[in-house]
Amino acid sequence: MSKRIAITGNEAVAEAMRQINPDVVAAYPITPQTEIVQFFADFVSDGKVDTEFVTVESEHSAMSATVGASAAGARAMTATSSQGLALMWEVLYIAAGLRLPIVAPVVNRALSAPINIHCDHSDTMGARDSGWIQIYSEDAQEAYDNLIQAMRIAEHPDVLLPTMVTMDGFIVSHGMGNAELLPDDVVKKFVREYEPEHYLLDVENPITVGALDFSDWYFEHRRQMVDAHTNVKDVVLQVAKEFKEISGREYKLFDSYKLDDAEVAIVVINSAAGTAKTVVDKLREKGLKVGLLKIRLFRPFPYEEIAEALSDKKAIAVLDRADSLSLMGGPLYIDLRAAMYDSPGPRVKMVNYIYGLGGRDLNMDQIAGVYDDLMKIAETGEVTEPITYLGVRE
Amino acid sequence: MSAVEKGWKDVPIGGLVLEAGSAKKYETGDWRTYKPVWDEEKCSNCMLCWIYCPDVSIIVKDGKVSGIDYKHCKGCGICAHECPRKCIQMVLDTGENGEAGAGE
Repeated sequence: MSKRIAITGNEAVAEAMRQINPDVVAAYPITPQTEIVQFFADFVSDGKVDTEFVTVESEHSAMSATVGASAAGARAMTATSSQGLALMWEVLYIAAGLRLPIVAPVVNRALSAPINIHCDHSDTMGARDSGWIQIYSEDAQEAYDNLIQAMRIAEHPDVLLPTMVTMDGFIVSHGMGNAELLPDDVVKKFVREYEPEHYLLDVENPITVGALDFSDWYFEHRRQMVDAHTNVKDVVLQVAKEFKEISGREYKLFDSYKLDDAEVAIVVINSAAGTAKTVVDKLREKGLKVGLLKIRLFRPFPYEEIAEALSDKKAIAVLDRADSLSLMGGPLYIDLRAAMYDSPGPRVKMVNYIYGLGGRDLNMDQIAGVYDDLMKIAETGEVTEPITYLGVRE
Repeated sequence: MSAVEKGWKDVPIGGLVLEAGSAKKYETGDWRTYKPVWDEEKCSNCMLCWIYCPDVSIIVKDGKVSGIDYKHCKGCGICAHECPRKCIQMVLDTGENGEAGAGE
């Protein structure tokens, strides 16, 4: 039987990892991810998992050991945040390039400097071109569900790409929420045994991993990665369908909330979507046609489906919890504007709100203010301020 | 390089090499600028070139030097430097790669 309990995001993710029971976990503690590793270390010492737990001296080593374990044929996982992800940087690309289906929860936290431990999305947004699949989660339930689904997505033969599952630091990682955990045997059956086709410990079939790949074949191997990413959408939907059968919970490429008949919409990632949905409900009570689109799969970016869902809106606000410092807005805004370029019909007015950097709260009044702005834009067709820093002190 | 007719769909993913000892098939002598040209007449078969060659590119048959493996020789010139009878000359490599034997 599934059990519904009060649980933090970190605890829910650690529980998912216990149920997945990976062969190897190599991880280093970093706030606000530390608890995941701490809970998991308890599972190891209490004999609740069969995992070889490698206590490494840095995140660069954590990712390297995970890559080694995965290449050897193990189901390997790690977990990190912020500077930890930044320190994994070069090895992230290696994991993706070697097509190792590593799965890692990442707890979103701002990057230094100035030093900060609280939530924003600068860390994972910076890794968006690394070749990893990125799945974002609004709350503990989604982080738990996404992590379990991520195993099947990453290890799918048409994909074979590393996958990170994110949730918001402190807001979700440490905030107590309501979540339903699946029974151990159900998760075990769902994630299956990992059976890699080629692996280093297969002594009967010796292989080389990580050979030098110059101008003769490197380009072809990178082209293969594009093909793998092209396959991700279908696999995500197929895994979601199977996951619904065991959980009753429905997942798609993205989440639409009162979007179909909306005239204006907010596009947002992670926990701010929860606050924004409450604002949508309140404005809907007043008869305002407002809606929301929450990103789930960000890499690869399901741009056609998202553009289709938004093409009939009069105005869209993209909320970014990270800035690109390109002066073109946050990373989600830039991608979404590119996605909307070829959408049919009149050009949809778009604006960007950078919010919540370094853990700055985003409140309901601010979101209501964004919808106000959108309705003015929809009425006048005029955008006066394309990029706004929401909640910064002037 | 070899097998250029193959495309990205035809090769193992992630740069995996699915057979052992495949380095034998990889010819690495194509970035040479100068190539050693060996003079059989002057050679006393002292084998110093064979000892010093860092790339096993001195071909030996029945205890005697029989030529240079241009498919793997990088043109470092150590053999020419070590040869006590100066019977190896380094000359600008303007010809075809992978052609074993004496140069012009």
